[in-house]
Parts: sequence; C-alpha cells; structure tokens
Amino acid sequence: MNKTINQKAWFFVVPVFVLVAFNAAIPLMTVVNYSFQETFGNNVFAWEGTRWFKQILLSERFHDALGRQIAFTFIILLIQIPLGIGIALTMPKKGWGVPVCLILMSMPLLIPWNVVGAMWNIFALPDIGFLGYSLNAIGFDFNFTQQPGDAWFTTILMDVWHWTSLVVLLSYAGLNSIQPAYYQAAEIDGASRWATFRYIELPKMKKVLTLAILLRFMDSFMIYTEPFVLTGGGPGNATAFLSIDLVKMALGQFDLGPAAAMSLIYFFIVLLVCWVFYSLMMKNEVKS
Amino acid sequence: MSLELKNVEKKVGIETHIYPTNIKLEKNTINVLLGSTLAGKTTLMQIMAGLDKPTSGEIWFNGENVTGKQVQKRNVSMVYQQFINYPSFTVYENIASPLKITGVNSDEIKERVGKVAELLKLSAMLDKKPDELSGGQQQRTALARALVKDSDLILLDEPLANLDFKLREELREELPKLFEDRECIVVYATTEPSDALMIGGNTATILEGKIIQYGKTLDVYNRPENLTSAKVFSDPPMNIAEISKSGDTCKLIDNSVQWKSNVKIKDGNYKIGIRPHNITTYKEGNNTVEINGKVLISELSGSESLIHFTNGNLNWVSLSNGIQQKNIGENTKLFMNVDEFLYFDENNRLVNHG
Repeated sequence: MNKTINQKAWFFVVPVFVLVAFNAAIPLMTVVNYSFQETFGNNVFAWEGTRWFKQILLSERFHDALGRQIAFTFIILLIQIPLGIGIALTMPKKGWGVPVCLILMSMPLLIPWNVVGAMWNIFALPDIGFLGYSLNAIGFDFNFTQQPGDAWFTTILMDVWHWTSLVVLLSYAGLNSIQPAYYQAAEIDGASRWATFRYIELPKMKKVLTLAILLRFMDSFMIYTEPFVLTGGGPGNATAFLSIDLVKMALGQFDLGPAAAMSLIYFFIVLLVCWVFYSLMMKNEVKS
Repeated sequence: MSLELKNVEKKVGIETHIYPTNIKLEKNTINVLLGSTLAGKTTLMQIMAGLDKPTSGEIWFNGENVTGKQVQKRNVSMVYQQFINYPSFTVYENIASPLKITGVNSDEIKERVGKVAELLKLSAMLDKKPDELSGGQQQRTALARALVKDSDLILLDEPLANLDFKLREELREELPKLFEDRECIVVYATTEPSDALMIGGNTATILEGKIIQYGKTLDVYNRPENLTSAKVFSDPPMNIAEISKSGDTCKLIDNSVQWKSNVKIKDGNYKIGIRPHNITTYKEGNNTVEINGKVLISELSGSESLIHFTNGNLNWVSLSNGIQQKNIGENTKLFMNVDEFLYFDENNRLVNHG
C-alpha cells in the first residue's frame, strides 16, 4: 500500500498540542524551573540544584503535613467507601424512590467547596452553630476552633457529608448493572445475604469501586478549599494538610523554591500511589 | 415424582402475565416451554421454581403443596440465558458451590464435581475463572452447577440463546443425553421450534400467558389442536389460507389452486395450515399440487432456501432443501405436499390431518 504524505495533517494536531502545552506542560515546567533555583524577585535567579528537594524531604514540617494528609485520607476512605456501599445497597431499585434518592444523593456534590466549608464552619460553631451548640448542650466540650481533635472531627464529618454521595452513586450504578439472574442463582443455591454480597455484588462492583477509591484518594489527598474555609489549617497546624501547608509556604512566606520542590514531591506521591493502586487492582484483569 | 400447577395465575398490577394454568409434569421427562419472547415462559418457570409466587393457584410437587415454599428449601436448579457464574470463583469452585452450601463433605464434592466436569467437557478448565472462558464454556459451567446437585427440578431458561450458532448446535445435541439417566423433571424454555423438535420429550406451546397445548413433542407438532398452537410451533411461520371443500375437491377461496383430498370432513369452508417445508421447488410426497407464485424474496439459510412469494392476495413462505436460486419478481412454480396439510374449522380447531 502506498502512503500519501500530507504535511497539512500537522495543522490538525497543533490545537491539541498548544492546549496541552498551555494547561499542563508550561505551568509544570515553571514549577520545575523554580524548584531548582533561588529567587529574590526582580527576575533574578540563582541555581540551587537539588537543595530545595533535600530540604523539603528532610524537614519536619513536611513530614508532619504529609502524616496529617495520609491520616486524613486514610480515615475518610475507611469511612466513605463502606458507608457509600452500604447506602447504595439500601437504596430502592425501582419505583418513585429511585429519583428521590438520586437527587438527595447528588445535592452535596453540587455545592461549591468553599460554600461547604462556610456551611460547616457556621454549623459547627460552639456558640451559634446547630451542631456545635447541640454537642455542648448535651455535655460535650466541643470547640473546633480551639481543640485539634474537634477540628479533625468536624473536617472529617464535613468531607464524609460532602463526598460519600459520590461513592454511593458509583456503587449504585455498579449494583444496578448486575443482572437479576445472579441474585436468583444465589437464592437457589441458598446463599446468605453476606455471601451474595461477598461473591456476587462485590466482585461485580470491583471496577466502579476501584474508580471510586481512586477519585476519593486523589481528591482528599489534594483537599484545600474546605478545610481552608473551615479551620484555616488550625488550631495551630492541626489541620494543615499538604495543600494548605504548601500555599502557606508559597504565598505566605514567599519561599518559591522550596514550595515548588514540595509541589513536585506532592505531585509524584499522588501519581505513584494512583499508579501502584491501579496496577494492583487491574492485575487480574489484564491477564484475561 | 411430579410437578403440578393447579389454576396458577400471575398478575402484576392490572396486567395478567399468566392466565389460570393447569399442567402436570411427570418424573424423568424433559418438557419444552415453547413460545415467543414475553409469552410468559420465564414467569412460569420462576413460579415452578418458587422464585416467584403465583397470584392465585397452587403448585404441588410429589404430592406436597409447595406454593410459597422458599426456593432454597426446594431442590431445584436453574440455568439462564445469560451465563450466570460466581465471577470470583474458579470453574471448580463454581460447580462445587451448591454442594458446599448444603454441607457435602469435601471428598464427595471432589468426586461429583469431577464427574460432572467430565460430562460437560470442562475437566481442563477447572482452575480458570469464568471470564477467561468462552461463552460456550461459561454456559457449560452454569449447566454443571445445575447438574451437580441432583435436583428434583432442573429449569433451563433459553440456555442456548446467547451462544453462537456452532456452539449452540453442539450443546443442543448434548443436552438430552445429560438428563437421560437422571431422576428429575427438566423444563426447557425456548423460542425456537427446532429446539423443541431436537430435544423431544413433551412440549407446551405458550402464547400470551396461556398454555395452548401440552403433549408429546411430536404429537403437538404433527397434530396441533388448533391454529394458535400450530403457529407457535412453526418457524418460519406457517402458511394459512382459506379453502372450500365440496366432495373430494378442495380449492383455495380464490380458485387459484385446486386439489383432491380424502380428508374425512364435511363440505364447507376451512382454513388450511401448510408448513413452509411442505411447499418446495421440487415434488415431494406422493400427492402434490402445483402453486404459481411471484417471488418476493429468495434467501439462503445454511443449505436450505427460503422463498417468499405471492399467490393471489396472500404471501407464502416455502422452504426447500439445497440451493434454489430465484430472482425477485420471477414467476415460479412450486409444489405443495397435500398429505401434510392441516385443516382447521371456523373455531380454528384442527379437524383432520392429511
């Protein structure tokens, strides 16, 4: 077969190329640029090599922020995934209840992040907020602006409220794609409810759950707006997760070099975890 | 052992899915439920299994009223059109699963699974997961799961419908042998008359939630009680025409075809049903009559030729052996096998045969 050479075809590629360059490659390269240099403003740069990377990787501040971040992500995944599956299992499969449930479930997802933060801030205020006031009224000494434990509790509760729906909707879609014949087969075998869940529903939901865990991991690992509005990272640094700490460093202290290095390390952690997790989950799929 | 439905009726909302039905299935029989999609075959099977409760009526099994008895407590198994296996289990674990739940000891499980796997040609695949198998093998696994537990009632709901032609032919031939020396009642639902003929046993023709006729498969085929049953049990669809008879002469109402017949029925008007394979491009049988037609469509199906043609106001279908090329619009001559005509009276009941 003879190939005709048509150089004009390149013009069709150019728009995508430019788009990707502007929204991904160029900003990323700027960060890479900053991460190896020191700047004092006025466009004066000095080469620093890997100094900022070493500094960040060895700094206690980064370790603490990373630790808090991992703990936070771990806790919310541990709550949201089982809770999401659980809610999806109890949702009706037909009738008027379906749209009602779906709309109710979608609501939190439609609210902008900063509004969620502001809502929960007011909701949890110990003197006027419904949650904070009620908790104090029944005898808990609750004050999320001053006590780290309470701040964590509120942040986690907020995230669970905001994002469990996503897991619910994905799981619900996964459950609905299971043919009724599977349930009948299990019924004929006399399989228990648990066995039906464990050996039919869970394996059939594997793909959507992988997706749900990945999405929730990425989102929670990069969480910024909601805790920023809710606690501002406080009290002290109690809820200063990676993003919050990063912004403090970059904009608060104007340490552009270390902040850039931290951004890159942060980026690679997210990438690495996603890759490892995805390859593990999909290991068996590739085989078949 | 017998399964009996007594006046079983199923309504969902205001819709009736099954009209009051009586049927008795005997021990060691294969019973085909033959009817088109949505005729109620699946509903009927689910009621038989106890997966679904009838709105009214009773189900008796072995002289015991099992209406409303939970399916787990009835010794039944079912195979579906979709290949239903536990996705995370290997083939071995899948086949063993019904036995494990009932607490059979592991040596016996091993033996029984091995036996069934061999019967269904799965021995080499016992360590694989269902999604590593072809559709045919997945369905074999599902069949093995149904066979392994010595059920009293085995329900097969269009088990071959999702298989491609070759696998389907292969499995269809094996099926009747699988049940040969088993103490059970087999119910097999299908939309295809050829499946029923191949499987033999008994057949119930079903239309729109009603059992039209139940009996030995060949009897139902050769002597359909009425026109509806004949229509259900004919693919390609049966040719139906109105005729008048006087003396030993019969003719189509439009006088286009005339033949001698020795059927012992009164003179008058009747309907005849002619199966497509009784209209051929060559003479078949001792007693044939010519019909002229204008070809509408001519198509090949395997080694058979389907010719759709018009004669008078009616469209006809003929099915001949071999490759018979006809051009669209061509005027052609075909032969009808008079001995195979089915005669129906004004109430659409079969009055005589041949």
